[in-house]
Amino acid sequence: MMVSEESPREIRLRGDLQLVADLVEPGTRVLDVGCRDGELLHYLEDYKNVDARGVEIDDTSVRKCVSHGLSVIQGDADTDLSDYPSNAFDCVVLTQTLQTVHSPKTVLEELMRIGDRAIVSFPNFGHWRVRCGLIGGGRMPVTKAFMQPWYETANIHVCTFRDFEDLCRTLDIIVRRRIVANHQGQRRILAAIKPLANLFGEIGIFLLEKK
Amino acid sequence: MDLRSNATLDAQTIKRFGTVVELGEHTPLTLDSGAVLGPFHVAFQSYGELNADRSNVVLVCHALTGDQHISGKHPVTGVKGWWDMIVGPGKPLDTDRFFVICSNVLGGCMGTAGPNQIDLRTGNLYGPDFPVVTIGDMVRAQAMLLDHLGIEKLFCVIGGSMGGMQVLEWASTYPERLFAAVPIACASRHSAQNIAFHEVGRQAIITDPDWKQGNYLQTSTIPRQGLAVARMMAHITYLSEAALGRKFGRNLQDRFALTYGFEADFQVESYLRHQGQSFVERFDANSYLYITKAMDYFDLAADHNGDLASAFSGTTTRFCLISFTSDWLFPTAESREIVHALNAVAANVSFVEIETDTGHDAFLLDVPEFHAALKGFLNGAAAHHGLNN
Repeated sequence: MMVSEESPREIRLRGDLQLVADLVEPGTRVLDVGCRDGELLHYLEDYKNVDARGVEIDDTSVRKCVSHGLSVIQGDADTDLSDYPSNAFDCVVLTQTLQTVHSPKTVLEELMRIGDRAIVSFPNFGHWRVRCGLIGGGRMPVTKAFMQPWYETANIHVCTFRDFEDLCRTLDIIVRRRIVANHQGQRRILAAIKPLANLFGEIGIFLLEKK
Repeated sequence: MDLRSNATLDAQTIKRFGTVVELGEHTPLTLDSGAVLGPFHVAFQSYGELNADRSNVVLVCHALTGDQHISGKHPVTGVKGWWDMIVGPGKPLDTDRFFVICSNVLGGCMGTAGPNQIDLRTGNLYGPDFPVVTIGDMVRAQAMLLDHLGIEKLFCVIGGSMGGMQVLEWASTYPERLFAAVPIACASRHSAQNIAFHEVGRQAIITDPDWKQGNYLQTSTIPRQGLAVARMMAHITYLSEAALGRKFGRNLQDRFALTYGFEADFQVESYLRHQGQSFVERFDANSYLYITKAMDYFDLAADHNGDLASAFSGTTTRFCLISFTSDWLFPTAESREIVHALNAVAANVSFVEIETDTGHDAFLLDVPEFHAALKGFLNGAAAHHGLNN
Protein backbone atom coordinates (compact mmCIF):
# COMPACT_ATOMS: atom_id res chain seq x y z
CA MET A 1 0.00 0.00 0.00
CA MET A 2 1.28 3.41 -0.94
CA VAL A 3 1.67 5.93 1.83
CA SER A 4 -0.08 9.15 0.95
CA GLU A 5 1.82 12.40 1.13
CA GLU A 6 -1.41 14.09 2.17
CA SER A 7 -3.48 13.51 5.29
CA PRO A 8 -4.24 9.83 5.78
CA ARG A 9 -7.73 8.74 4.69
CA GLU A 10 -9.91 5.77 5.44
CA ILE A 11 -10.54 4.92 1.84
CA ARG A 12 -7.83 4.66 -0.78
CA LEU A 13 -8.44 4.46 -4.49
CA ARG A 14 -7.09 1.71 -6.62
CA GLY A 15 -4.00 2.11 -8.80
CA ASP A 16 -3.29 5.45 -10.39
CA LEU A 17 -6.72 6.88 -9.43
CA GLN A 18 -5.48 8.00 -6.01
CA LEU A 19 -2.60 9.87 -7.63
CA VAL A 20 -5.10 11.53 -9.96
CA ALA A 21 -7.50 12.33 -7.13
CA ASP A 22 -4.70 13.95 -5.13
CA LEU A 23 -4.11 16.37 -8.01
CA VAL A 24 -7.73 17.57 -8.02
CA GLU A 25 -8.42 20.82 -6.15
CA PRO A 26 -11.27 20.55 -3.60
CA GLY A 27 -14.58 22.23 -4.39
CA THR A 28 -14.00 22.40 -8.15
CA ARG A 29 -16.00 21.26 -11.20
CA VAL A 30 -14.57 18.09 -12.68
CA LEU A 31 -15.46 16.03 -15.75
CA ASP A 32 -14.14 12.45 -15.76
CA VAL A 33 -14.00 11.20 -19.34
CA GLY A 34 -14.06 7.41 -19.38
CA CYS A 35 -15.14 7.21 -15.74
CA ARG A 36 -15.82 3.44 -15.77
CA ASP A 37 -17.76 2.44 -12.60
CA GLY A 38 -17.41 5.91 -11.12
CA GLU A 39 -14.84 5.09 -8.44
CA LEU A 40 -12.97 8.37 -8.87
CA LEU A 41 -16.21 10.41 -9.10
CA HIS A 42 -17.48 8.91 -5.86
CA TYR A 43 -14.23 9.70 -4.11
CA LEU A 44 -14.12 13.27 -5.41
CA GLU A 45 -17.73 13.89 -4.33
CA ASP A 46 -17.28 12.34 -0.90
CA TYR A 47 -13.83 13.57 0.08
CA LYS A 48 -13.14 16.64 -2.04
CA ASN A 49 -16.58 18.24 -2.30
CA VAL A 50 -16.20 18.25 -6.07
CA ASP A 51 -19.05 18.86 -8.56
CA ALA A 52 -18.22 15.63 -10.35
CA ARG A 53 -19.59 14.50 -13.73
CA GLY A 54 -18.69 11.54 -15.88
CA VAL A 55 -18.80 10.25 -19.44
CA GLU A 56 -18.55 6.52 -20.05
CA ILE A 57 -18.92 4.46 -23.20
CA ASP A 58 -19.90 1.17 -21.57
CA ASP A 59 -23.66 0.84 -20.85
CA THR A 60 -23.28 -1.48 -17.88
CA SER A 61 -20.84 0.87 -16.18
CA VAL A 62 -23.10 3.86 -16.85
CA ARG A 63 -26.08 2.08 -15.26
CA LYS A 64 -23.93 1.24 -12.26
CA CYS A 65 -22.84 4.89 -11.90
CA VAL A 66 -26.35 6.34 -12.20
CA SER A 67 -27.73 3.71 -9.82
CA HIS A 68 -25.19 5.00 -7.31
CA GLY A 69 -26.40 8.55 -7.72
CA LEU A 70 -23.51 9.80 -9.87
CA SER A 71 -24.01 12.27 -12.73
CA VAL A 72 -22.82 10.15 -15.62
CA ILE A 73 -23.88 9.98 -19.24
CA GLN A 74 -23.38 7.25 -21.78
CA GLY A 75 -21.13 8.79 -24.41
CA ASP A 76 -18.02 8.49 -26.53
CA ALA A 77 -14.88 10.56 -25.87
CA ASP A 78 -14.15 10.60 -29.60
CA THR A 79 -17.46 12.18 -30.60
CA ASP A 80 -19.27 13.69 -27.63
CA LEU A 81 -16.72 16.10 -26.13
CA SER A 82 -17.44 18.64 -28.85
CA ASP A 83 -20.87 19.27 -27.26
CA TYR A 84 -19.40 20.90 -24.17
CA PRO A 85 -18.81 24.65 -24.06
CA SER A 86 -15.27 25.97 -23.59
CA ASN A 87 -13.95 26.30 -20.03
CA ALA A 88 -17.02 24.53 -18.61
CA PHE A 89 -14.93 22.66 -16.04
CA ASP A 90 -12.04 23.48 -13.75
CA CYS A 91 -10.50 20.16 -14.57
CA VAL A 92 -11.09 17.35 -17.06
CA VAL A 93 -9.77 13.91 -16.17
CA LEU A 94 -8.85 11.17 -18.62
CA THR A 95 -7.51 8.07 -16.87
CA GLN A 96 -6.29 5.08 -18.86
CA THR A 97 -8.44 6.11 -21.80
CA LEU A 98 -6.21 8.14 -24.14
CA GLN A 99 -4.70 5.00 -25.65
CA THR A 100 -8.17 3.61 -26.48
CA VAL A 101 -9.62 6.55 -28.43
CA HIS A 102 -9.60 6.90 -32.21
CA SER A 103 -8.15 10.37 -32.24
CA PRO A 104 -5.98 11.07 -29.18
CA LYS A 105 -4.85 14.44 -30.56
CA THR A 106 -8.41 15.71 -31.00
CA VAL A 107 -9.46 14.35 -27.62
CA LEU A 108 -6.50 16.08 -25.96
CA GLU A 109 -7.37 19.35 -27.69
CA GLU A 110 -10.98 18.99 -26.53
CA LEU A 111 -9.91 18.31 -22.92
CA MET A 112 -7.90 21.53 -22.90
CA ARG A 113 -10.76 23.47 -24.48
CA ILE A 114 -13.42 22.23 -22.03
CA GLY A 115 -11.30 22.44 -18.90
CA ASP A 116 -8.89 24.97 -17.47
CA ARG A 117 -6.66 22.03 -16.63
CA ALA A 118 -6.55 18.37 -17.51
CA ILE A 119 -5.21 15.30 -15.79
CA VAL A 120 -4.26 12.51 -18.17
CA SER A 121 -2.95 9.10 -17.23
CA PHE A 122 -1.86 6.31 -19.56
CA PRO A 123 0.45 3.27 -19.66
CA ASN A 124 3.94 3.92 -20.97
CA PHE A 125 4.90 1.98 -24.08
CA GLY A 126 8.51 2.99 -23.47
CA HIS A 127 8.80 0.90 -20.27
CA TRP A 128 11.77 -1.46 -20.31
CA ARG A 129 9.59 -4.59 -20.14
CA VAL A 130 7.71 -3.46 -23.23
CA ARG A 131 10.95 -2.73 -25.06
CA CYS A 132 12.36 -6.13 -24.04
CA GLY A 133 9.21 -7.92 -25.12
CA LEU A 134 9.37 -6.43 -28.57
CA ILE A 135 13.12 -6.53 -29.13
CA GLY A 136 13.92 -9.79 -27.30
CA GLY A 137 10.79 -11.80 -27.99
CA GLY A 138 9.84 -10.21 -31.31
CA ARG A 139 6.24 -10.13 -30.17
CA MET A 140 3.79 -7.48 -28.99
CA PRO A 141 4.50 -7.21 -25.27
CA VAL A 142 2.09 -8.35 -22.58
CA THR A 143 2.95 -6.69 -19.25
CA LYS A 144 1.20 -5.65 -16.03
CA ALA A 145 0.34 -2.33 -17.67
CA PHE A 146 -0.55 -3.85 -21.06
CA MET A 147 -2.42 -6.91 -19.93
CA GLN A 148 -4.28 -8.08 -23.03
CA PRO A 149 -2.74 -9.71 -26.08
CA TRP A 150 -2.71 -7.60 -29.28
CA TYR A 151 -5.88 -9.22 -30.68
CA GLU A 152 -7.97 -8.44 -27.59
CA THR A 153 -6.66 -5.14 -26.34
CA ALA A 154 -8.73 -1.94 -26.48
CA ASN A 155 -5.46 0.01 -26.72
CA ILE A 156 -5.20 1.28 -30.28
CA HIS A 157 -2.96 4.33 -29.84
CA VAL A 158 -0.20 3.40 -27.42
CA CYS A 159 2.61 5.89 -26.84
CA THR A 160 5.60 6.57 -24.61
CA PHE A 161 5.98 9.43 -22.16
CA ARG A 162 8.23 11.18 -24.67
CA ASP A 163 5.70 10.77 -27.48
CA PHE A 164 3.02 12.29 -25.28
CA GLU A 165 5.18 15.21 -24.18
CA ASP A 166 6.06 15.90 -27.84
CA LEU A 167 2.34 16.06 -28.66
CA CYS A 168 1.73 18.42 -25.74
CA ARG A 169 4.47 20.73 -27.06
CA THR A 170 2.90 20.65 -30.54
CA LEU A 171 -0.48 21.57 -29.06
CA ASP A 172 0.94 24.34 -26.84
CA ILE A 173 0.03 22.43 -23.70
CA ILE A 174 2.17 22.89 -20.60
CA VAL A 175 2.97 19.80 -18.55
CA ARG A 176 2.64 21.29 -15.08
CA ARG A 177 3.39 18.04 -13.26
CA ARG A 178 4.33 14.49 -14.20
CA ILE A 179 3.96 11.65 -11.75
CA VAL A 180 5.44 8.30 -12.68
CA ALA A 181 4.28 5.08 -11.07
CA ASN A 182 4.18 1.35 -11.53
CA HIS A 183 1.03 -0.46 -12.69
CA GLN A 184 -0.36 -0.43 -9.14
CA GLY A 185 -0.06 3.32 -8.87
CA GLN A 186 2.98 3.12 -6.59
CA ARG A 187 5.79 5.57 -7.13
CA ARG A 188 9.16 3.96 -7.80
CA ILE A 189 12.60 5.33 -6.98
CA LEU A 190 14.20 4.66 -10.37
CA ALA A 191 11.25 6.12 -12.26
CA ALA A 192 11.43 9.29 -10.20
CA ILE A 193 14.80 10.08 -11.71
CA LYS A 194 13.81 12.28 -14.62
CA PRO A 195 15.92 10.83 -17.45
CA LEU A 196 14.97 7.28 -16.44
CA ALA A 197 11.20 7.85 -16.23
CA ASN A 198 10.49 6.79 -19.80
CA LEU A 199 12.34 3.53 -19.17
CA PHE A 200 11.16 2.66 -15.65
CA GLY A 201 7.72 4.27 -15.42
CA GLU A 202 4.78 2.01 -16.19
CA ILE A 203 2.06 4.60 -15.78
CA GLY A 204 2.29 8.36 -16.15
CA ILE A 205 -0.06 10.92 -14.65
CA PHE A 206 0.22 14.31 -16.32
CA LEU A 207 -1.23 17.55 -15.02
CA LEU A 208 -1.73 19.76 -18.05
CA GLU A 209 -2.44 23.46 -18.45
CA LYS A 210 -3.05 25.79 -21.35
CA LYS A 211 -0.17 28.01 -22.43
CA MET B 1 -52.23 22.20 4.99
CA ASP B 2 -54.98 19.77 4.10
CA LEU B 3 -54.77 19.26 0.36
CA ARG B 4 -57.73 16.95 0.39
CA SER B 5 -60.42 19.49 1.15
CA ASN B 6 -63.07 19.20 -1.51
CA ALA B 7 -65.85 21.14 0.13
CA THR B 8 -68.10 21.52 -2.90
CA LEU B 9 -67.73 18.06 -4.41
CA ASP B 10 -69.80 14.95 -3.80
CA ALA B 11 -68.22 11.73 -2.60
CA GLN B 12 -68.39 9.99 -5.97
CA THR B 13 -66.57 12.81 -7.75
CA ILE B 14 -63.87 12.83 -5.10
CA LYS B 15 -63.40 9.10 -5.51
CA ARG B 16 -63.22 9.41 -9.29
CA PHE B 17 -61.08 12.53 -9.64
CA GLY B 18 -59.23 12.88 -6.33
CA THR B 19 -58.95 16.54 -5.33
CA VAL B 20 -60.41 19.14 -7.68
CA VAL B 21 -59.49 22.82 -7.43
CA GLU B 22 -60.77 25.81 -9.34
CA LEU B 23 -58.02 27.96 -10.88
CA GLY B 24 -57.73 31.05 -13.02
CA GLU B 25 -60.80 32.87 -11.82
CA HIS B 26 -59.01 36.18 -11.34
CA THR B 27 -55.97 35.56 -13.53
CA PRO B 28 -57.03 33.31 -16.38
CA LEU B 29 -54.60 31.15 -18.32
CA THR B 30 -53.75 32.49 -21.78
CA LEU B 31 -53.13 29.47 -23.98
CA ASP B 32 -50.53 29.22 -26.76
CA SER B 33 -53.40 29.42 -29.24
CA GLY B 34 -54.36 32.83 -27.84
CA ALA B 35 -57.56 31.50 -26.27
CA VAL B 36 -58.15 32.36 -22.63
CA LEU B 37 -59.12 29.73 -20.07
CA GLY B 38 -60.57 30.53 -16.66
CA PRO B 39 -61.94 29.71 -14.32
CA PHE B 40 -61.16 26.04 -14.85
CA HIS B 41 -60.80 22.84 -12.84
CA VAL B 42 -57.65 20.87 -12.22
CA ALA B 43 -57.98 17.42 -10.65
CA PHE B 44 -55.06 15.82 -8.86
CA GLN B 45 -53.98 13.05 -6.52
CA SER B 46 -51.25 13.16 -3.91
CA TYR B 47 -49.29 10.47 -2.10
CA GLY B 48 -47.06 10.71 0.98
CA GLU B 49 -46.71 13.70 3.28
CA LEU B 50 -45.54 17.22 2.61
CA ASN B 51 -42.58 17.97 4.92
CA ALA B 52 -42.31 21.09 7.09
CA ASP B 53 -40.19 23.16 4.69
CA ARG B 54 -42.08 21.85 1.63
CA SER B 55 -38.85 20.63 0.06
CA ASN B 56 -39.91 17.05 -0.74
CA VAL B 57 -42.43 17.61 -3.52
CA VAL B 58 -42.25 15.42 -6.63
CA LEU B 59 -44.53 16.25 -9.56
CA VAL B 60 -45.32 13.25 -11.73
CA CYS B 61 -46.49 14.08 -15.26
CA HIS B 62 -48.68 11.46 -16.90
CA ALA B 63 -48.61 10.25 -20.49
CA LEU B 64 -51.23 10.47 -23.26
CA THR B 65 -53.75 8.03 -21.84
CA GLY B 66 -52.64 8.11 -18.21
CA ASP B 67 -54.19 10.13 -15.42
CA GLN B 68 -53.62 11.32 -11.86
CA HIS B 69 -54.19 7.90 -10.28
CA ILE B 70 -50.61 6.66 -10.34
CA SER B 71 -50.58 4.34 -7.34
CA GLY B 72 -53.08 2.07 -5.63
CA LYS B 73 -56.38 0.91 -7.09
CA HIS B 74 -57.75 2.99 -9.98
CA PRO B 75 -61.31 4.25 -9.20
CA VAL B 76 -62.60 3.59 -12.74
CA THR B 77 -60.76 0.51 -13.98
CA GLY B 78 -60.23 -1.17 -10.61
CA VAL B 79 -56.69 -2.16 -11.59
CA LYS B 80 -53.46 -0.78 -10.10
CA GLY B 81 -52.41 2.76 -11.06
CA TRP B 82 -50.09 3.12 -14.06
CA TRP B 83 -46.98 3.71 -11.92
CA ASP B 84 -47.85 1.59 -8.91
CA MET B 85 -44.49 -0.15 -9.39
CA ILE B 86 -42.60 3.14 -9.07
CA VAL B 87 -44.62 5.15 -6.55
CA GLY B 88 -45.23 3.92 -3.01
CA PRO B 89 -43.52 3.20 0.31
CA GLY B 90 -40.01 1.84 -0.28
CA LYS B 91 -40.39 2.10 -4.06
CA PRO B 92 -38.10 4.22 -6.29
CA LEU B 93 -40.39 7.22 -5.73
CA ASP B 94 -40.60 6.50 -2.03
CA THR B 95 -43.77 8.01 -0.54
CA ASP B 96 -42.30 7.58 2.96
CA ARG B 97 -39.88 10.25 1.88
CA PHE B 98 -41.41 12.26 -0.95
CA PHE B 99 -44.72 14.06 -1.35
CA VAL B 100 -45.89 13.00 -4.79
CA ILE B 101 -48.44 14.99 -6.78
CA CYS B 102 -49.94 14.06 -10.14
CA SER B 103 -52.58 16.18 -11.86
CA ASN B 104 -54.75 15.28 -14.82
CA VAL B 105 -53.49 17.25 -17.84
CA LEU B 106 -55.37 20.08 -19.46
CA GLY B 107 -57.52 18.53 -22.19
CA GLY B 108 -57.74 15.27 -20.23
CA CYS B 109 -60.91 13.45 -19.23
CA MET B 110 -60.44 12.80 -15.51
CA GLY B 111 -61.65 15.99 -13.90
CA THR B 112 -59.31 18.67 -15.27
CA ALA B 113 -60.75 21.06 -17.85
CA GLY B 114 -61.15 19.20 -21.12
CA PRO B 115 -63.71 18.48 -23.82
CA ASN B 116 -65.80 16.16 -21.61
CA GLN B 117 -65.98 18.70 -18.77
CA ILE B 118 -68.32 21.59 -18.01
CA ASP B 119 -67.25 25.10 -18.99
CA LEU B 120 -67.48 26.84 -15.60
CA ARG B 121 -68.41 30.14 -17.26
CA THR B 122 -71.41 28.83 -19.22
CA GLY B 123 -72.38 25.67 -17.41
CA ASN B 124 -72.35 23.79 -20.72
CA LEU B 125 -70.21 20.87 -21.84
CA TYR B 126 -67.08 22.05 -23.64
CA GLY B 127 -67.18 19.36 -26.28
CA PRO B 128 -65.37 20.46 -29.47
CA ASP B 129 -65.49 24.09 -28.29
CA PHE B 130 -62.70 23.35 -25.84
CA PRO B 131 -59.64 25.30 -27.05
CA VAL B 132 -56.68 23.40 -28.48
CA VAL B 133 -53.98 23.09 -25.80
CA THR B 134 -50.23 22.49 -25.92
CA ILE B 135 -47.68 20.81 -23.66
CA GLY B 136 -46.71 24.34 -22.56
CA ASP B 137 -50.31 25.06 -21.57
CA MET B 138 -50.48 21.82 -19.57
CA VAL B 139 -47.33 22.79 -17.69
CA ARG B 140 -48.52 26.33 -16.99
CA ALA B 141 -51.74 24.88 -15.57
CA GLN B 142 -49.65 22.59 -13.32
CA ALA B 143 -47.64 25.60 -12.16
CA MET B 144 -50.91 27.40 -11.32
CA LEU B 145 -51.98 24.36 -9.29
CA LEU B 146 -48.72 24.43 -7.33
CA ASP B 147 -49.11 28.17 -6.74
CA HIS B 148 -52.59 27.45 -5.44
CA LEU B 149 -51.22 24.80 -3.10
CA GLY B 150 -48.49 27.16 -1.87
CA ILE B 151 -45.71 24.99 -3.27
CA GLU B 152 -42.98 27.20 -4.66
CA LYS B 153 -40.28 24.66 -5.46
CA LEU B 154 -40.25 21.09 -6.61
CA PHE B 155 -37.62 18.57 -5.61
CA CYS B 156 -38.25 16.75 -8.87
CA VAL B 157 -40.46 16.65 -11.96
CA ILE B 158 -40.66 13.25 -13.58
CA GLY B 159 -42.58 11.56 -16.37
CA GLY B 160 -42.41 9.22 -19.35
CA SER B 161 -43.45 9.72 -22.97
CA MET B 162 -45.74 12.78 -23.06
CA GLY B 163 -44.96 13.08 -19.35
CA GLY B 164 -41.30 13.45 -20.34
CA MET B 165 -42.24 16.24 -22.74
CA GLN B 166 -43.86 18.05 -19.83
CA VAL B 167 -40.71 17.54 -17.76
CA LEU B 168 -38.62 19.16 -20.51
CA GLU B 169 -41.09 22.03 -20.74
CA TRP B 170 -40.93 22.46 -16.95
CA ALA B 171 -37.12 22.51 -17.01
CA SER B 172 -37.15 25.09 -19.76
CA THR B 173 -39.95 27.36 -18.49
CA TYR B 174 -39.47 27.17 -14.72
CA PRO B 175 -35.79 26.24 -14.18
CA GLU B 176 -35.72 28.08 -10.85
CA ARG B 177 -38.61 26.01 -9.52
CA LEU B 178 -37.08 22.54 -9.88
CA PHE B 179 -34.07 20.85 -8.38
CA ALA B 180 -34.16 17.70 -10.50
CA ALA B 181 -35.82 16.60 -13.73
CA VAL B 182 -36.31 13.08 -15.06
CA PRO B 183 -37.57 12.91 -18.66
CA ILE B 184 -38.06 9.25 -19.61
CA ALA B 185 -38.56 7.72 -23.09
CA CYS B 186 -39.36 11.05 -24.72
CA ALA B 187 -38.14 13.61 -27.24
CA SER B 188 -37.78 17.37 -27.49
CA ARG B 189 -40.14 17.30 -30.46
CA HIS B 190 -42.64 14.88 -31.91
CA SER B 191 -41.24 13.19 -35.02
CA ALA B 192 -42.99 13.14 -38.41
CA GLN B 193 -43.59 9.41 -38.00
CA ASN B 194 -45.22 9.93 -34.59
CA ILE B 195 -47.41 12.73 -35.94
CA ALA B 196 -48.38 10.37 -38.74
CA PHE B 197 -49.47 7.66 -36.31
CA HIS B 198 -51.47 10.18 -34.31
CA GLU B 199 -53.19 11.46 -37.44
CA VAL B 200 -54.36 7.96 -38.35
CA GLY B 201 -55.80 7.61 -34.85
CA ARG B 202 -57.55 10.95 -35.07
CA GLN B 203 -59.00 10.15 -38.49
CA ALA B 204 -60.36 6.86 -37.13
CA ILE B 205 -62.27 8.85 -34.49
CA ILE B 206 -63.36 11.76 -36.69
CA THR B 207 -64.66 9.50 -39.48
CA ASP B 208 -66.71 7.41 -37.03
CA PRO B 209 -70.36 8.56 -37.65
CA ASP B 210 -70.92 8.50 -33.89
CA TRP B 211 -68.35 11.27 -33.41
CA LYS B 212 -70.95 13.82 -34.62
CA GLN B 213 -68.50 16.69 -35.07
CA GLY B 214 -67.43 16.12 -31.50
CA ASN B 215 -70.91 16.63 -30.03
CA TYR B 216 -71.54 12.99 -29.17
CA LEU B 217 -71.89 13.39 -25.39
CA GLN B 218 -75.12 15.38 -25.75
CA THR B 219 -76.71 12.43 -27.53
CA SER B 220 -75.21 9.87 -25.14
CA THR B 221 -73.30 8.10 -27.86
CA ILE B 222 -69.56 7.66 -28.21
CA PRO B 223 -67.46 6.95 -31.32
CA ARG B 224 -66.58 3.51 -29.99
CA GLN B 225 -65.19 2.00 -33.16
CA GLY B 226 -63.08 5.00 -34.07
CA LEU B 227 -61.56 5.33 -30.60
CA ALA B 228 -60.96 1.57 -30.37
CA VAL B 229 -59.16 1.48 -33.72
CA ALA B 230 -57.07 4.49 -32.73
CA ARG B 231 -56.06 2.70 -29.53
CA MET B 232 -55.34 -0.59 -31.31
CA MET B 233 -52.97 1.08 -33.73
CA ALA B 234 -51.30 3.23 -31.08
CA HIS B 235 -50.85 0.19 -28.85
CA ILE B 236 -48.69 -1.48 -31.50
CA THR B 237 -46.35 1.51 -31.41
CA TYR B 238 -45.93 1.11 -27.64
CA LEU B 239 -44.63 -2.45 -28.01
CA SER B 240 -41.92 -4.00 -30.14
CA GLU B 241 -41.70 -6.73 -32.71
CA ALA B 242 -39.75 -8.84 -30.22
CA ALA B 243 -42.29 -8.30 -27.43
CA LEU B 244 -45.24 -9.16 -29.67
CA GLY B 245 -43.41 -12.23 -30.91
CA ARG B 246 -42.54 -13.35 -27.40
CA LYS B 247 -46.04 -12.73 -26.06
CA PHE B 248 -48.18 -14.03 -28.92
CA GLY B 249 -46.08 -15.34 -31.78
CA ARG B 250 -48.46 -16.72 -34.39
CA ASN B 251 -50.51 -18.50 -31.72
CA LEU B 252 -54.19 -18.98 -32.49
CA GLN B 253 -56.94 -17.68 -30.23
CA ASP B 254 -59.30 -20.32 -28.78
CA ARG B 255 -59.04 -22.52 -31.87
CA PHE B 256 -56.88 -25.20 -33.40
CA ALA B 257 -57.13 -24.20 -37.05
CA LEU B 258 -57.47 -21.08 -39.20
CA THR B 259 -61.08 -20.07 -39.88
CA TYR B 260 -60.51 -18.62 -43.34
CA GLY B 261 -62.57 -15.60 -42.32
CA PHE B 262 -62.13 -12.27 -40.61
CA GLU B 263 -62.54 -13.34 -37.03
CA ALA B 264 -59.65 -12.87 -34.64
CA ASP B 265 -57.78 -16.05 -35.54
CA PHE B 266 -54.55 -14.94 -33.93
CA GLN B 267 -54.00 -14.14 -30.27
CA VAL B 268 -52.45 -10.82 -31.21
CA GLU B 269 -55.66 -9.79 -33.01
CA SER B 270 -57.78 -10.75 -30.04
CA TYR B 271 -55.43 -8.92 -27.71
CA LEU B 272 -55.60 -5.70 -29.72
CA ARG B 273 -59.39 -5.88 -29.97
CA HIS B 274 -59.55 -6.23 -26.20
CA GLN B 275 -57.18 -3.28 -25.75
CA GLY B 276 -59.36 -1.16 -28.05
CA GLN B 277 -62.65 -2.09 -26.36
CA SER B 278 -61.45 -1.62 -22.79
CA PHE B 279 -59.90 1.73 -23.68
CA VAL B 280 -63.28 3.03 -24.90
CA GLU B 281 -64.71 2.37 -21.45
CA ARG B 282 -62.24 4.65 -19.72
CA PHE B 283 -61.17 7.35 -22.16
CA ASP B 284 -62.91 10.19 -23.97
CA ALA B 285 -62.56 10.33 -27.76
CA ASN B 286 -62.34 14.12 -27.91
CA SER B 287 -59.67 14.12 -25.20
CA TYR B 288 -57.72 11.72 -27.37
CA LEU B 289 -57.90 14.22 -30.24
CA TYR B 290 -56.81 17.16 -28.09
CA ILE B 291 -53.95 15.44 -26.31
CA THR B 292 -52.47 13.81 -29.42
CA LYS B 293 -52.53 17.25 -31.03
CA ALA B 294 -50.71 18.75 -28.05
CA MET B 295 -47.97 16.14 -28.43
CA ASP B 296 -47.72 16.77 -32.18
CA TYR B 297 -47.28 20.50 -31.59
CA PHE B 298 -44.44 19.94 -29.11
CA ASP B 299 -41.12 21.25 -30.43
CA LEU B 300 -38.99 22.75 -27.69
CA ALA B 301 -36.18 23.88 -30.02
CA ALA B 302 -38.64 25.70 -32.30
CA ASP B 303 -39.71 27.75 -29.28
CA HIS B 304 -36.07 28.85 -28.91
CA ASN B 305 -35.12 29.85 -32.46
CA GLY B 306 -34.28 26.30 -33.42
CA ASP B 307 -31.58 25.94 -30.76
CA LEU B 308 -32.49 23.26 -28.23
CA ALA B 309 -29.53 24.10 -25.97
CA SER B 310 -30.80 27.64 -25.42
CA ALA B 311 -34.02 26.15 -24.00
CA PHE B 312 -31.86 25.11 -21.04
CA SER B 313 -29.27 27.91 -20.84
CA GLY B 314 -28.16 28.70 -17.31
CA THR B 315 -30.00 25.72 -15.83
CA THR B 316 -28.90 24.43 -12.44
CA THR B 317 -31.35 21.51 -12.50
CA ARG B 318 -29.96 17.98 -12.15
CA PHE B 319 -31.21 15.93 -15.11
CA CYS B 320 -31.54 12.20 -15.56
CA LEU B 321 -32.58 10.97 -19.00
CA ILE B 322 -33.59 7.38 -19.48
CA SER B 323 -34.32 5.61 -22.77
CA PHE B 324 -34.98 2.00 -23.76
CA THR B 325 -33.21 0.01 -26.47
CA SER B 326 -36.35 -1.38 -28.12
CA ASP B 327 -38.37 1.87 -28.00
CA TRP B 328 -38.93 2.79 -31.64
CA LEU B 329 -41.55 5.45 -30.87
CA PHE B 330 -39.09 7.58 -28.89
CA PRO B 331 -35.76 6.02 -29.82
CA THR B 332 -32.59 6.56 -27.78
CA ALA B 333 -31.22 8.93 -30.44
CA GLU B 334 -33.90 11.45 -29.45
CA SER B 335 -32.91 11.30 -25.77
CA ARG B 336 -29.28 11.60 -26.81
CA GLU B 337 -30.13 14.78 -28.71
CA ILE B 338 -31.45 16.26 -25.46
CA VAL B 339 -28.29 15.12 -23.65
CA HIS B 340 -26.14 16.87 -26.29
CA ALA B 341 -28.15 20.08 -25.79
CA LEU B 342 -27.77 19.83 -22.01
CA ASN B 343 -24.02 19.20 -22.35
CA ALA B 344 -23.80 22.32 -24.49
CA VAL B 345 -24.91 24.36 -21.48
CA ALA B 346 -22.75 22.28 -19.10
CA ALA B 347 -25.84 21.05 -17.26
CA ASN B 348 -25.62 18.37 -14.60
CA VAL B 349 -26.95 15.39 -16.51
CA SER B 350 -27.11 11.63 -16.22
CA PHE B 351 -28.17 9.49 -19.14
CA VAL B 352 -28.77 5.76 -19.32
CA GLU B 353 -30.15 3.56 -22.03
CA ILE B 354 -31.83 0.49 -20.54
CA GLU B 355 -31.71 -2.78 -22.42
CA THR B 356 -35.15 -4.34 -22.78
CA ASP B 357 -37.26 -5.82 -25.57
CA THR B 358 -40.54 -4.40 -24.24
CA GLY B 359 -40.58 -1.27 -26.42
CA HIS B 360 -41.85 2.18 -25.45
CA ASP B 361 -44.09 0.72 -22.70
CA ALA B 362 -40.95 -0.27 -20.77
CA PHE B 363 -41.35 2.81 -18.57
CA LEU B 364 -44.62 1.32 -17.27
CA LEU B 365 -43.32 -2.21 -16.79
CA ASP B 366 -41.25 -4.20 -14.34
CA VAL B 367 -37.78 -3.46 -15.72
CA PRO B 368 -35.45 -3.82 -12.69
CA GLU B 369 -32.47 -2.00 -14.23
CA PHE B 370 -34.70 0.99 -15.01
CA HIS B 371 -36.03 1.04 -11.46
CA ALA B 372 -32.51 0.73 -10.01
CA ALA B 373 -31.22 3.63 -12.13
CA LEU B 374 -34.21 5.76 -11.19
CA LYS B 375 -33.89 4.99 -7.51
CA GLY B 376 -30.14 5.68 -7.58
CA PHE B 377 -30.60 9.02 -9.28
CA LEU B 378 -33.40 10.11 -6.93
CA ASN B 379 -31.43 9.07 -3.84
CA GLY B 380 -28.34 10.92 -5.08
CA ALA B 381 -30.35 14.03 -5.93
CA ALA B 382 -32.18 13.88 -2.58
CA ALA B 383 -28.85 13.76 -0.75
CA HIS B 384 -27.64 16.82 -2.67
CA HIS B 385 -30.95 18.52 -1.92
CA GLY B 386 -30.50 17.88 1.81
CA LEU B 387 -33.42 15.47 2.07
CA ASN B 388 -32.61 12.87 4.71
CA ASN B 389 -33.50 9.25 4.46
